[in-house]
Amino acid sequence: MAMQVLVNLILAFVWAFLNNDLTPVTFAVGYVLGFVLLFLLRRFLPAPFYGRRIVALVVLIGIFLKELILSNIDVIKHVAKPQQAFTPGIVALPIHLRSPREITTLANLISLTPGTLSVDVSVDNSTLYIHVLDISAAEEVSDDIKNTFEKRIREVTR
Amino acid sequence: MIDLIVSGLIVVGVVFTFFGTVGLLRFPDIYTRMHAVTKSSTLGIMCILLGCMTYFMAEHGVVSVKLLLGIVFLFLTAPVGAHMISRAAYRTGVPLWEHSVQDDLADDGKRGPRLTE
Repeated sequence: MAMQVLVNLILAFVWAFLNNDLTPVTFAVGYVLGFVLLFLLRRFLPAPFYGRRIVALVVLIGIFLKELILSNIDVIKHVAKPQQAFTPGIVALPIHLRSPREITTLANLISLTPGTLSVDVSVDNSTLYIHVLDISAAEEVSDDIKNTFEKRIREVTR
Repeated sequence: MIDLIVSGLIVVGVVFTFFGTVGLLRFPDIYTRMHAVTKSSTLGIMCILLGCMTYFMAEHGVVSVKLLLGIVFLFLTAPVGAHMISRAAYRTGVPLWEHSVQDDLADDGKRGPRLTE
């Protein structure tokens, strides 16, 4: 990934030097051309083309912003109710991500999605303990969300 | 038009922050309070900063990247802070609300003091 970005930057520099014009605009044009070139030559790259991961990252950020807005509406609903009608609890959630970076990302995303808050990670990094605001309704839904999040994170990091 | 966008963003941000604060007062225990405060303050402050950025862009022609950086830093730190506070609360024995129905963390026998690692 880092190698491909470096190659892309070098191609952009080469483009700017070929045009004898080292301004940001030429550089950006060169970067785009290098990106296209790398895409065309992707079967000769040792690692998968890095554009795929950037697309996955943008998709992840989009999903995350949607979930953040939904969770805020959820909080407002709970706050505005005259009686507190939720049944909270701490649920163990088995996770299949292994590297610390992925687990941190997942925990942060969980903390900002509707009705869930990450409380602790088990010592062997295999379980995430999340505090769920409404167990009866949220368990299957949050499981689904976690599965999509885990899949998306894996698409970004691998 | 720009006025509408700016004031809309700021009003929405203030409303989210307000409801988060009301949640802080109304919710029964520390974990549910963390729910309300983290989410609403993150999105609320994000909306307010975006409103500021739009205002300065439209009125003064200044693109303030510092405000964008503020949003990014908030996104990185707010959930970590919530995680640390609720974890510290759990480890020091702050009880859950009495109507809580499930506590899987109590069954995790392998939890040791991780500070000594």
